[in-house]
Amino acid sequence: MRRFEVALPESLDECLRLLADRGPESKLLAGGTDLLPQMKNGVTTPKHVIDLSGVAQVHVLESDAKTGLRIGSAVPARQVELDARVRDGYAAIADAAALIGSVQVRNLASVGGNLCNAAPSADMAPPLLALEAQAVIAGPKGERRVPLSDFFTGVRKTVLAPDELLVEIVTPPPGPRSGGSYIRHTPRRELDIAVVGVASQVTLSNGVCAKARIALAAVATTPIRATAAEAALEGKALTPELIDRAADLAVQSATPISDQRGSADFRRHLVRVLTRRTLTTALARAGA
Amino acid sequence: MAKQILSSTINGEAVEVLVQPYETLLDALRETLGLTGPKEGCGTGDCGACTVHLDGKPVASCLMLAVQARGRSVTTIEGLSDNGVLHPLQDAFVRHGVPQCGFCIPGVLMAAAALLAEHPKPSEEEIRYGIAGNLCRCTGYTKMITAISEAAQAAAPRSA
Repeated sequence: MRRFEVALPESLDECLRLLADRGPESKLLAGGTDLLPQMKNGVTTPKHVIDLSGVAQVHVLESDAKTGLRIGSAVPARQVELDARVRDGYAAIADAAALIGSVQVRNLASVGGNLCNAAPSADMAPPLLALEAQAVIAGPKGERRVPLSDFFTGVRKTVLAPDELLVEIVTPPPGPRSGGSYIRHTPRRELDIAVVGVASQVTLSNGVCAKARIALAAVATTPIRATAAEAALEGKALTPELIDRAADLAVQSATPISDQRGSADFRRHLVRVLTRRTLTTALARAGA
Repeated sequence: MAKQILSSTINGEAVEVLVQPYETLLDALRETLGLTGPKEGCGTGDCGACTVHLDGKPVASCLMLAVQARGRSVTTIEGLSDNGVLHPLQDAFVRHGVPQCGFCIPGVLMAAAALLAEHPKPSEEEIRYGIAGNLCRCTGYTKMITAISEAAQAAAPRSA
């Protein structure tokens, strides 16, 4: 690894001062499971690494019936995966957190790191997009909130400025009779990157779908929502035929590339299959 | 580049050593502390040979900076036995002749010990999932699963 200095801030303010001072030459370190391999192979060569383990605000994991779920950016995926409140109220998030790497990786890998690394295939992105999460970002001018749908700006690019830090991700409560699911396709069951990932989140009311949110990973330069498919579901009973129709519409939102993980055609096929499966699971979890 | 003081509990003992800011926990364990049980296979978190416990949880020590272990408790394979008495998993691995080349075994044992601490009586599926982050190039998985299963049956395991 190329040599660097490491800073160990003990508070958010100290961390922000460090970023203001040397942000462009710095990398924030949470779990390190993306950053360390990138530094080892020379893709990233920061002069300074700022370790977040001493910053309490990025380690919060709290759930409130009114304000929703707060996941500190440095909370490890494994903690999210095992949290009863996440599993019960935000199942799609728990689904995704359980899929990141091996248990050895999930005990380190953070939710915020998965988002800030901004791979189009990031597993945490689709469920958080489908749950309309917001990114809470701290910077020299204070705090700002950005809908996660505006957070990603390109492959490995986000709205974060060099002097800013993702503090936490806030997910509003989906409300009663809601259910969600995240499924990805990988050639191997473990330690693989999604060829396609799909999250669906539905809320039922009076026998019809009051709200539907569908998000896709690894089929565009950023994780995206499949809004046409969502619109087709809302206000209607979620019959298998309608779910098939939504799955077809979700494919239209995808603009996949062909690469070593799969062809564009295969990815479109996977969007259809995984949209159908996640909607079906989301519906069952909503208590239909 | 100024070295940093790392104060941690390593295999139950308070330890204070100097580490480079860019040094991984794995390198500090192996090179500075002489604990060569954890191995570097891939260096990217894919193979699990470097698995140690951080506050009781299995982690890939090749993906951590040494300074991130400050104030934490680290257990390596060297700390799994109890005053020379093998952990039931180690005992079962010996009796079943699990190690072939042996390179992956310290990591597999630490992953398995963490699994048994969480699931004292795991199903075969749970065992397979528990060691899914550990690669064995000798492909000796069948005996590993038998030995882990037997160790779980034999004794209520200690958490490491």
